[in-house]
Amino acid sequence: MGEKIGELREIKQFREWFEKRHDYAKKWKEKNGGSVVGYYCTYCPEEILYAAGILPVRILGSHEPESITRPYLHDMYCPFCHDTLAQGLEGRYDYLDGVTLAQSCLHMRQAFFSFADRVPNIEWSYYMPFPHGVNNPHAVDYARHEFEKFKTAVEEWTGTTITKKDLDSAIDVYNKNRELMMKVFEARKGEKPPITGLHAMEMVVSSQIVDKRDHNEVLESLVERLEEVEVEREIGTRLMLIGSEDDDRSFLEMVEYKINYPATFVYEENCTGARYFWGLVRKSDDSIRSLAERYVYRVPCPAKDWAVGKLLRRRFQHIERVIKEYNVEGAIIAQMKFCDPHELDIPSLRALFDKHDVKHLTLELDITQPVGQFRTRVEAFLEAMAEEDLF
Amino acid sequence: MEVKVRPLDCWNDFKKYRENYYRNYLEAKDKDGIRWAGSAWAFDAIPKGLGEDVYSLTGEPYGATCAFFHDFSRECLEHIERKGIARDLCGYMRNYWGSVSLNKYLLTDGTIVEPFPKPDFNFTIHICCTHAKWYHFAAELEGGVPTYAIDISVGPGYLLDDKKIEYVVRQLNDAIQWMEKLTGREYDDELLIKAVHAEADSMSTWAKICKLNQAKPAPLEEKSMFSLYVLNLINRSDPEVAKLYHKLHDEIESRVKRGIGALTFEQFRFLTDNPPPWAFLKVYRYLEKEYGAVSLGAIYTFGLAGGWMGMDEKGEKWVWEPAPTPEEAGVEITNREEALRWTAEYNLRYRASWQHEYSHWIRKLETYQMVKDWKADAMIMHLNRGCELWNMSTLEVRDYLVKHDIPVATYEGNMADPRDFDEARTFNVIDSFMQSLGVERISGK
Repeated sequence: MGEKIGELREIKQFREWFEKRHDYAKKWKEKNGGSVVGYYCTYCPEEILYAAGILPVRILGSHEPESITRPYLHDMYCPFCHDTLAQGLEGRYDYLDGVTLAQSCLHMRQAFFSFADRVPNIEWSYYMPFPHGVNNPHAVDYARHEFEKFKTAVEEWTGTTITKKDLDSAIDVYNKNRELMMKVFEARKGEKPPITGLHAMEMVVSSQIVDKRDHNEVLESLVERLEEVEVEREIGTRLMLIGSEDDDRSFLEMVEYKINYPATFVYEENCTGARYFWGLVRKSDDSIRSLAERYVYRVPCPAKDWAVGKLLRRRFQHIERVIKEYNVEGAIIAQMKFCDPHELDIPSLRALFDKHDVKHLTLELDITQPVGQFRTRVEAFLEAMAEEDLF
Repeated sequence: MEVKVRPLDCWNDFKKYRENYYRNYLEAKDKDGIRWAGSAWAFDAIPKGLGEDVYSLTGEPYGATCAFFHDFSRECLEHIERKGIARDLCGYMRNYWGSVSLNKYLLTDGTIVEPFPKPDFNFTIHICCTHAKWYHFAAELEGGVPTYAIDISVGPGYLLDDKKIEYVVRQLNDAIQWMEKLTGREYDDELLIKAVHAEADSMSTWAKICKLNQAKPAPLEEKSMFSLYVLNLINRSDPEVAKLYHKLHDEIESRVKRGIGALTFEQFRFLTDNPPPWAFLKVYRYLEKEYGAVSLGAIYTFGLAGGWMGMDEKGEKWVWEPAPTPEEAGVEITNREEALRWTAEYNLRYRASWQHEYSHWIRKLETYQMVKDWKADAMIMHLNRGCELWNMSTLEVRDYLVKHDIPVATYEGNMADPRDFDEARTFNVIDSFMQSLGVERISGK
């Protein structure tokens, strides 16, 4: 008899890292004596920081109400930006030495600038222009140029030289992490996915905030034990979660564990899910170029996904593949309030789901979630899907 | 201060040009011409090489025109919202999409024409989260109109290097080949060269006009400037537009020499920030009539349409001096590559409104220096729910100005959604602000 997924020590470790992420970073710093740099968007080439002996950590919110960011950020900027800036202003990131942003949406940009200026312990900040147009053929060359400059800036700040060997070693560690998480996701294609969306989120988000070597050890063990997992819960409707950054446990837990209709997330198409780790860095003589290729060719954030001659969105092509390979029956579009890039895609995304006969429900996320209201809506959504099967 | 005033001699020229612009786009097919649509920030000199019968429709000014006509705007907004479009998205874009989806086209006098004249292609740039995606979805609404967007996300002008410029130039080259293939026309480099000259001339001349508004009394007030700056947002690479700006410049220069102002009584000079609430331009008239307050301009009005030197080389100070034209810079443009390089660099380096998208520090310096150079008493800031781009850093700028003893009032609204504006509350904010500064009413109320 295998263990239930939530009881695996690996999953418990991911959750502990996620919940005690600040403690982890402080201890890492004490132990390794290196710097810790917060990054604001998953387009940051973390490998360059890691190669310099820096721990990159993604800046996240806390999902607690706050009112201290209003003097700096407009109300119409997204809750995630407000929440992350609030964490900095409240001193929860008092261990960070630096902060960086690979050019992202406007909201992230403003939150980054305010964070860099107003969080007193930040001694180094770097804004990296990263292509918005990842679908144009010159984006890799340009990203390579900016990555080189980023590398030089990191070297100057830390007083180190990042050799090709250092960078390749960091790429190996990160690629291993990606490969292992892709294996976990691969297992979710089966009839009885061994891991739920809640635990997958904890796995992915914890990888964004701990040393990848530590994460890889636990991840390797998880991959080995996945086959033994006892899937005791009814899988029910196979759902895809799609949308903005979403690390709110309460929402995922509610959908998979606390409603009357069984449902399981089989894929998370967001930057706290597959979009973070999908796609490896190719080995080559020009490691910086390989890095640029990976970040430009990864499944794009909607902020960067638009027409350059052909009326195509690469993310949509990926979603179509996921629908088929993961046998997706329904989609929950979890839209961060005021997130323009996602809002701009939603009507076309709904049409895409309709084309594939995938039912969909759109919910709007805020700093705190109205879980009760969401529960009613998700139950109604699942109930309606079940009725269609019935009749 | 009692001031001599008189109407602008070239006012009707500008009005007429704008009126014809929208009509020419509408009637382009009667002349077998080409229509294209895109952002006001698109590299509009590029399609000019396709011929002299190429007509554009720039989305932001069109969205603003819609907003000015409340009823049509409401119809557009509500129509597109029913299709699942979020209400917090760009107000211009929602008006534009609504107009496309309703299949109704608005002319500057409020006439509504059906059907909406579909472009042959969309051509735009992408700097904020919206522009390229605006035209991507518009293309879907239009049944698949070919669309091309240029990524200009290379950072502020003072940090430009060859690779950054090259990134944009390569895309522009690709775009030309794409347009040739699409239209079946041979591209004319001479027309391109003429267009990039005109673009720089129009933008640098507008900057010179804005600078003249540093005079006391101010020869222009911002509400009128909205009708003047717009030519640079609809067709700045047309030599005719450059000519009109030269004419305006000469007239304003003469007004300054003769002490002719914009208001009959000027006692308070202020700057604004952000696009205005187009459906409620009466805010400006209220300030003029009640308080003798003249709006001198904004980083929006000046920066969107003007070419400026911008940040100095060290990135320490903003310089409000007009950017050089090719002639002034001693640059000779003889072929396509040189033309593309010029237009890419001119826009990336001197287009003021692109600079502060990469740092709120730039916007702080830019705004502070404007207050100083234009001798403004205060800033009245529109917290514009209709544009996340123009709202980036506004509150940080507010904080910076207040810390430097520059009074700031803020009011909330929406540039292009008339439903998002509280008129009474806004006037209340203005009255309280003026009272707190000790500015007396001149209306006798």
